[in-house]
Amino acid sequence: MLKQQHLVSVAVMLLLAMVLFNLPEQVAIRIKAGIGGLFLPLFGLAAAGQTVVDSGVSATVSRRVLLRELANTRAENQQLAVRAMQGEEALRENERLRQLLGWQKQSPWNIKLARVIARDTAAWWRTLRIDLGTRDGVRSGLPVLVREGLIGKTGDVTLTTSEVILIGDPNCRVAVLVRETGEMGVLLGMSEGVFDHRLVDLSHLPRNSSVKPGQTVYTSGLGGVFPAGLPVGAIVDSRSVGYGLYTEARVRLAADISKTREVAVLFP
Amino acid sequence: MKEILINNALTFLLLLTAFVGVFLQAAWDFPRNLLGVPLNLLPPLMVFAAFRTGVTTISLLAGLGGLFTDALSANPLGVSMLPLLWVGLAIHHWRELILQEFAYARFIVGLIASAAVPLLTLMIIMTLGKRTLAGWAFVWQWVIMALTGGLLTPLSFWLLDGAAGRLVPSPVIRPSFRPDREIKRGRY
Repeated sequence: MLKQQHLVSVAVMLLLAMVLFNLPEQVAIRIKAGIGGLFLPLFGLAAAGQTVVDSGVSATVSRRVLLRELANTRAENQQLAVRAMQGEEALRENERLRQLLGWQKQSPWNIKLARVIARDTAAWWRTLRIDLGTRDGVRSGLPVLVREGLIGKTGDVTLTTSEVILIGDPNCRVAVLVRETGEMGVLLGMSEGVFDHRLVDLSHLPRNSSVKPGQTVYTSGLGGVFPAGLPVGAIVDSRSVGYGLYTEARVRLAADISKTREVAVLFP
Repeated sequence: MKEILINNALTFLLLLTAFVGVFLQAAWDFPRNLLGVPLNLLPPLMVFAAFRTGVTTISLLAGLGGLFTDALSANPLGVSMLPLLWVGLAIHHWRELILQEFAYARFIVGLIASAAVPLLTLMIIMTLGKRTLAGWAFVWQWVIMALTGGLLTPLSFWLLDGAAGRLVPSPVIRPSFRPDREIKRGRY
C-alpha cells in the first residue's frame, strides 16, 4: 500500500512532466536554455582551468622543441600560401566561367572557431555544445566541421552556446556523393550492432551501385544545409538491402568526434 | 531556524552533488572515452536519497536532477524526472527490507537503479514519438552504465555519509549511568 505522501509526490511530478511534454517547442528550448545557463559558471571555470593547464604545459616545453615547431609551421605556412594562391586563381576562373554560362554567383563561406564545452549527457543522442551563440551570429542549421571533415550542424541556439547535432544522430541527415563513382545517397545514422562510433549508414544508393571500400564520401550540396564538397569519410563496405531494391554502405567518418575540442562553424 | 537548516543540509548537499554530477557527466570526457558511455551519477545519488532521506528530498532530487540532465541533452524536457522518481520511491518503499548497510547490497541496488533509469527514460522518449540511437549496440552501453552505476553507489554512500557527518552535528547521547541509581552491594 503506497503512502499518501508518495501518491502526492507522484501526482505532482506527473503533472509537471505532462506540462513540460506539452510545452510549445520554443518555450521548452527557452526553459532548457535557462536551466543550462546555471552551468555556465562551471563551464567557464573548466575552460579557465584548461587554459591554466595548457599554459603550464607550454611553459615546460624546451626552447629547442619550440624552435623546431616554429620552423615546421613556417614551412607549412609557405605550402598553404602557395595552395591558397592556386585556389584563388581557380576561384576566379570558376567565377568567370559561371558568368559566361549565366549561372548564379556563389558566395564564399565564412568560418568562426568554437570550443566544445559539453557533450550530451544521454547515450542515445549524438550532440555536443559549443561556446558560440546568437550573440556571435549562430543560428540553427549551420554546418560544423573540423580539419578532417564535416561533423554535423547546429541545433538549438542560446545567447552564448549552441547545440551541435553530430552525423550519426537521427536528427542529422546529410546528402552525400561518392566522389569516385558520382553516386548520391543519404547518411542516416549510426551502424547497428557495432562498437565503432565512427561508422554510419549510407542509404539510398542505386541498386546496381559500384561503391567499393576506400572510396571517399563528400557532401553533395543537395538539401540546402551543407555546401557541396566537404569531406565526410570513406566507404567501409556495402550490401544489397530491401530484396535487392537498393544498396546500403557503411561509411567511416573522417573526423573522430570523441577527441574534438575545437570546431569551426560555417557561415554563408 | 537552525534546526530547519540542519534538517535541510542533507537535501541541499544532495542537490548540489546532483548539479555538479550532471556537469561532470557533460564536461568530463575521460570516462566517456574510456567506457564509451557517459557516467550517470543520478541513480546512485537517488539510491542514497531513498535510503537516507524522505519523499520530499527524493522528489526534489528527481525533479531538479532530471531537469539538469535534460538541459544538457537532446532529451525532451522533463523525461528524466519520472524514471528517477519511480526508482527512488520504489527503493524508499522497500528500504527496510534491504540490507542497506552492506556494500554488496548497495552495489546490487545501485546496479538495478542504474539499469532501470535509462530503460524507463528511453521508454518515455519512444512513447513521445522521438527516434533515438538506441539499437543493439546500446545493450553493451546499458550493461556498462548499470555496472558503473552499481560501483558508484557504495562510493557515493561513503562520500555523502562523510560529508553529511560534517554538515549535520550528531545528537548528544546521554550515558545510561546515573550515580544516584548505583546499587551498592555489601559483603552478602
